[in-house]
Amino acid sequence: MSDLHTLSLLVENKPGVLTRVTSLIARRGYNIASLAVDRVEDPTLSRVTIVVEADATPTEQIIKQLHKLVDVHKIYRLDDEDSVSRELALFKVAVTPDQRPEIISITNVYRARVLDISPDSMIIEATGNGNKLDTMEGLLREYGIKEIVRTGKVALSRGLRD
Amino acid sequence: MAQEHRMTGAQAIVASLEAEGVEYVFGYPGGNVLGIYDALYDSSIQHVLVRHEQAAVHAADGYARSSGRPGIVLVTSGPGATNTVTGIATAFMDSIPLVVITGQVETGIIGTDAFQEADITGITLPITKHSYLVKDVRDLPRVIKEAFYIATTGRPGPVLIDVPCDVQAATFDFWYPLTVNLPSYKPTLRGNKRQITAAAALIARAKRPVLYVGGGIIASDASGELMELAESMSIPVAVTLMGKGCFPAEHQLYLGMPGMHGGIHVNMALEQADLLIAVGVRFADRVAGKLADLARSTKVIHIDIDPAEIGKNQEVDVPIVGDARGILAGLIEELRKMGAQPHCQDWLQQLAVWQREHAIPCAHRGDAIDPAAFMCDLARMLQQRDDDFIICTEVGQHQMWAAQKLPINRPRAFITSGGLGTMGFGLPAAMGAQIANPESKLLCISGDGSLQMNIQEMATIRSLGLPLKVIVLDNAALGMVRQFQELFYQQRYSATLFDESPDFVAIARAYGWAAACISTPSQIRAALEWLLSYDGPALLTVRIPQDALVLPMVPTGATVDDVIIARPEHDGREAEL
Ligand SMILES: Cc1ncc(C[n+]2csc(CCOP(=O)(O)OP(=O)(O)O)c2C)c(N)n1
Ligand SMILES: [Mg+2]
Repeated sequence: MSDLHTLSLLVENKPGVLTRVTSLIARRGYNIASLAVDRVEDPTLSRVTIVVEADATPTEQIIKQLHKLVDVHKIYRLDDEDSVSRELALFKVAVTPDQRPEIISITNVYRARVLDISPDSMIIEATGNGNKLDTMEGLLREYGIKEIVRTGKVALSRGLRD
Repeated sequence: MAQEHRMTGAQAIVASLEAEGVEYVFGYPGGNVLGIYDALYDSSIQHVLVRHEQAAVHAADGYARSSGRPGIVLVTSGPGATNTVTGIATAFMDSIPLVVITGQVETGIIGTDAFQEADITGITLPITKHSYLVKDVRDLPRVIKEAFYIATTGRPGPVLIDVPCDVQAATFDFWYPLTVNLPSYKPTLRGNKRQITAAAALIARAKRPVLYVGGGIIASDASGELMELAESMSIPVAVTLMGKGCFPAEHQLYLGMPGMHGGIHVNMALEQADLLIAVGVRFADRVAGKLADLARSTKVIHIDIDPAEIGKNQEVDVPIVGDARGILAGLIEELRKMGAQPHCQDWLQQLAVWQREHAIPCAHRGDAIDPAAFMCDLARMLQQRDDDFIICTEVGQHQMWAAQKLPINRPRAFITSGGLGTMGFGLPAAMGAQIANPESKLLCISGDGSLQMNIQEMATIRSLGLPLKVIVLDNAALGMVRQFQELFYQQRYSATLFDESPDFVAIARAYGWAAACISTPSQIRAALEWLLSYDGPALLTVRIPQDALVLPMVPTGATVDDVIIARPEHDGREAEL
């Protein structure tokens, strides 16, 4: 499998811009592993954090092609050393009342939170990097995960640049 | 700030085009552009009413390619807009500046599958350099200004503006901006100095250099600098299909065209060079084949305005992003400072030997017209006349014979769909080129298949009184595809042979053109004399054998070692040639 690369884009906050970005990546034949979008400090701009599955050379090509989109202002390639990243997940787990303490202790170990308790299930909120969420998912699977939603990665570079 | 005038969006569109100095708009009307057509009625801008929207785009494209000015298209929503798609894709692939204005249904009903609604900005997303859907009439002038700027700067390309009909009808105070403010669009024009020095050092040392140049030279108007660089260092020049004319074919340093149907010696030169100076080319698969296996020792300098082209198809030693003209001037200057002298005599002699050894003779076969030999006859006749010729082609074998045999000596005088290879491009493109160059003689080299893809434009050409000439190489076949079937699909001619061609002479006459047909070599001279001196639109059908091949041919993905130079022996059939 190809590597995962995290790209952080500052783009115009306008209709259609996200389509331009994602369709370009798809058209060049690469898969988007995750995607997160929201507005930033400047309301005319949005930040798009994309994780693409590609080897190093094609990733360079994707970046160059994305740079050509008129609505794309800046592109940063974020690697693990010089950036911090987070992802948020909600897990809905099937649990009987007597299993609840076990789930709560897993939740504590992973510094996650219980958002909701129903008679037959619980919803857990967890943030962290992808690995942490993957392991947690593995543990919770033992009990029976009914639904999962993950935000996709968001990331920022460390320190100040330009 | 310019003066403000109260006007409608439709009037503002026309006023903006006037402010951009537009002389011609190629288009076709309909329900959702009535306002713009009404405004055009009072304008000095001339509207060319084509007979199919695809042709409007090709005509605007031919206008742009032959003049260097952007081509303008105006069509209605829905089917009018979708008919432009092939034309836009053609221009996009060859980096041609166009501004395409499409009507759209009312803003309030967009997204409801309204009558003649099509999401044209969505449909054309991957084939436009940029596009706009204008929802507020006050944005129109800025959008049009930006569209022209984006289409014509950096790596040129088509820009689409979709204007809902209520936006065309709304009124506002119009003034046309003088500048654009696009913080995220800043093409790199000036080449990096250090890279230029590094490139000059490689050039000064190279023993077997080749300049490999293409459409980028034409787009950046860099023919003069190219000539100076080639001459000052005696570097041979290989010119791609898209670059034809950017370096004169009659020049002694002109090597020829590389690629699938390029000269064998040209492909050998690219493979054996110790330095490739690639300028405004993209190492396209049709040209470079398996160039990726270039000798390890070959150094590559790649100059292009589009950073994404560099390193895309070919690894590069010295990349230089920027406008070719300035960079070539920088190289010349740098080489002069170094005191570099031409020192490639051995290499030039070697190339001359290869050229002689690998030339493929062409001659008519008995009573039949050999298409390659016909092109040589035509080339000779064009050289004898001192008219200023522009050659346009359709797509197929005839295109390749024209590209191989017709000598082109100036930029913008050879117009062909290189990247997309669009049949049906040639006739409308020739029309646009003739409009842009009323003094030039326009010659469209066509095939019986391609001509029928936009044949209706004969009516437009006739009604405009354009004196353009069409030569149809009629093999009653989709010859280029037939050739692939003959060579690579065991002569199984699936869907490529026509039982007979239509009577193109009768068709042409019905459109009000003069027309003639020839089928033997002895008729060629007189027929061409007639065609080239006829005053008005005229068509010449040239009957050629169905089985003629374009040679040489480097099969897809192969190298020059595998080049086909004669018809191979098929089962039970003798090899010819
Ligand atoms: C719009 C379009 N459809 C299909 C093709 C594929 N194609 C390439 S060359 C060719 C045959 C062209 O026939 P003709 O114009 O008669 O030229 P010839 O090769 O016979 O000289 C075809 C079908 C194409 N290039 N463009
Ligand atoms: Mg044909």
